Amino acid sequence: MSDPRLLRALKTLSEIKHTYVVLSSKGGVGKSTVSTLLALYASSMGIPSGLLDLDFVNPSTHVILGLRVEDIVYREEKGVIPHRTGLLSYFTIVAYTKDLPLALRGESARSALREILSIVNWGNLELLLVDTPPGISDEHLEILYSLRGVIKPLVVATPSRLAWHSVLKLVSLLRDMGYRRIYFVENMGSGELVTQAREAGAEYLGYIPFTRQLEFSIGNISKLLELDVKTHINEILEKLLST
Amino acid sequence: MVHEWALAESIVLYTKQVGYTSIKKLRVTIGVLQSVDKEILEYALRELAREHGVRVAQVELVDEYPLLKCNVCGFEWSISPSDMSEDIREAVHFVPEAIYAYYKCPRCGSLDYLVVRGRGISEVVVEPYE
Repeated sequence: MSDPRLLRALKTLSEIKHTYVVLSSKGGVGKSTVSTLLALYASSMGIPSGLLDLDFVNPSTHVILGLRVEDIVYREEKGVIPHRTGLLSYFTIVAYTKDLPLALRGESARSALREILSIVNWGNLELLLVDTPPGISDEHLEILYSLRGVIKPLVVATPSRLAWHSVLKLVSLLRDMGYRRIYFVENMGSGELVTQAREAGAEYLGYIPFTRQLEFSIGNISKLLELDVKTHINEILEKLLST
Repeated sequence: MVHEWALAESIVLYTKQVGYTSIKKLRVTIGVLQSVDKEILEYALRELAREHGVRVAQVELVDEYPLLKCNVCGFEWSISPSDMSEDIREAVHFVPEAIYAYYKCPRCGSLDYLVVRGRGISEVVVEPYE
């Protein structure tokens, strides 16, 4: 049988206005940071927003948000209601794994993903950012094929030749999968990738410059919301909400 | 209403998708690891079926007992939720794959094993009216 869980996942996500799946075939480009900052800034502007961490092996968004495992609390109401921090709805598997190492084979990761997508009730959010693990593996294929129509791909890269070389293949793959609009954010850059991204057929939404403040703001929401790159984050956010 | 509601809704959406609106028997196989409350699941199935315009005469919920197999040494074993602490049982109830954070192969200590069966809902069989 086709997996019934996917049907509820589609139903739940279709109630959200914008669901962006944050992807990068290259590790270390800042996907989790970008996902978290965008969701956090949106919620601070009064926009009902969500952040879903689907990196089961190396989840880190709770560290960025400064949440201890025991602080992450879900409610049960016809499914699972995400943790709330202000207007930000948040879900991560660490509430169940206690942040212990979790080694999952592809099929198990795919099953965990289906379970989470089908049981979490996000409600009528304006914006959901879905953080994914680096690379292109079973979880990515599952999301990109099974949830096509309710998600938008948001590719992140740094202005490094290695990152770009890798991401170019991802953009091509997304196009082959039928995604006509592929969104792109340059992290830790200054606009170097604008031409390359457009030539590759991605929609360049902007860049977030490298800032030393970030490392010292990890785990502190107030400081994260006052980063010296906040103008850049807000500009990207504005575009995300208007696509 | 609890998490079982979400599981039930997936099943009801599935019966609709495959085109059944009048069902003689709905048979659902559930992995014991997930500690699903069958009474609540059946109640949710019936309520949601009614909401979605699906008529269900009989609901049959069948247990599937866990079987785990080590990918390193090939050892096979089983785990019962009653042997788990409350915290772990609850984690596995919501996301059965959380089990991989807490258990190792009892023979070789490997973390690389597979829940072959008994993790969650594994089969939905719809018997329609003629």
